[in-house]
Amino acid sequence: MNKESNSYTFFFTVVMIVIVAFGLSVTAITLKPVQEHNKELEKKVNILQSINLNPTFEEADKEFNKYIVKTLLVKSDGSFTEGNGLDINLKEELNKPENERVLPLFIAQVDGHKYYIIPLYGKGLWGPIWGFVSLKEDMNTVYGVSFGHKTETPGLGAKIVTEEFRNQFKGKKIFDKNGNFTSILVVKNQKQLNEHQVDAISGATMTSKGVQNMLNKVLSHYINFFKQHKNDLA
Amino acid sequence: MKGQEKESLFSPQNLKLITDPIGKKNPITVLVLGICSALAVTVQMKPAIVMALSVMVVLAFSNVTISLIRKLIPTRIRIIVQLTVISFMVIIVDQILKAYAYDVSKQLSVFVGLIITNCIIMGRLEAFALGNTPWKSFLDGIGNAAGYGLILVIVSFFRELLGSGTVLGYPVLQKLGLYSIGYENNGMMILPPMALITLGVIVWIHRSRNKDLIEK
Repeated sequence: MNKESNSYTFFFTVVMIVIVAFGLSVTAITLKPVQEHNKELEKKVNILQSINLNPTFEEADKEFNKYIVKTLLVKSDGSFTEGNGLDINLKEELNKPENERVLPLFIAQVDGHKYYIIPLYGKGLWGPIWGFVSLKEDMNTVYGVSFGHKTETPGLGAKIVTEEFRNQFKGKKIFDKNGNFTSILVVKNQKQLNEHQVDAISGATMTSKGVQNMLNKVLSHYINFFKQHKNDLA
Repeated sequence: MKGQEKESLFSPQNLKLITDPIGKKNPITVLVLGICSALAVTVQMKPAIVMALSVMVVLAFSNVTISLIRKLIPTRIRIIVQLTVISFMVIIVDQILKAYAYDVSKQLSVFVGLIITNCIIMGRLEAFALGNTPWKSFLDGIGNAAGYGLILVIVSFFRELLGSGTVLGYPVLQKLGLYSIGYENNGMMILPPMALITLGVIVWIHRSRNKDLIEK
């Protein structure tokens, strides 16, 4: 057979593509369960990081079951049901109109203290950013945060995952003295930061803004819940 | 392998296929291929080592595959065939890393996918595997990836040590007590330009010790 003929070239291509496609599908399907499990573990690690624990990947399952005592599914009018919050797709929920949204809230119990953990999802400069913020029993003071990102600039926007940036959030408040929702602002060039502000990352204005918008958008969903259940859940 | 029966598997000529690319035919310092990824993944040693191993797997098996089908490939579409084989291997490596080395695969992020565009691999397939037997191609792949990996490890060793004060995550400088006498990490080492400069120093040392490499 003439190796350089058009029909041979065509035949060769088709056979090659079928083999490659088959091989890749088999790999993807067999490895999928393990990969999904990794993603879930990562989520659990991030949740636990927001209450200032630092479990390894292997410990994540055990620690999660130990500390996270309850998961609520919260609606924007403040009502809630219990359920499995790990499976909720935040991106889809946040695209829905406000009154249809159902967002999860994890309740953790560590050394006799209760913490309320809220998952975050928003836009950075290049792609999605996400995270978790935990509030103390007063449902106002931030206990800890953890952030993640897909493609923020290394050395600039990607710094939102560093402890230096995250530690700033500790002790900040999301409601002011009169009980109005303020969220937490990420500000630049401010000499004195008040209890609702943290310092932005220099050189990463868009990512910092993204963090601020994400906190504001997601937290505002829970305002009614916080106001109504401040006393009966604690 | 029929024509090779006189030659043992690890004959001097075959071993040269491994040792040459580590030394005087090094793909990075001599042929100056694969520079881009060498700059990008060398901030820490662990990702650099995983990257080197991934390239080794991809290069060795792409080389063998191309060599096995070298008599079947129509010349006109050989580059596309090579790319398909490389992409196939890279996606498999990427999927395996995602399943069994999740944290490392996150650190390497896009660079695993970019192995596809690593010129060393295309270069070896085109220059070597298309004209040689599978076993020789396999050795050539291992050798070239080892040469690439060696440079990656050397560069990342210095960048991690001087930039973060650690070796494979172990805080060496802190244990030596250097910080208490006023030493500070050099943040510049973490940035890409210093990778280029480190690489330049390696090329310089390499050439000064091996005079054959200096152009007339």
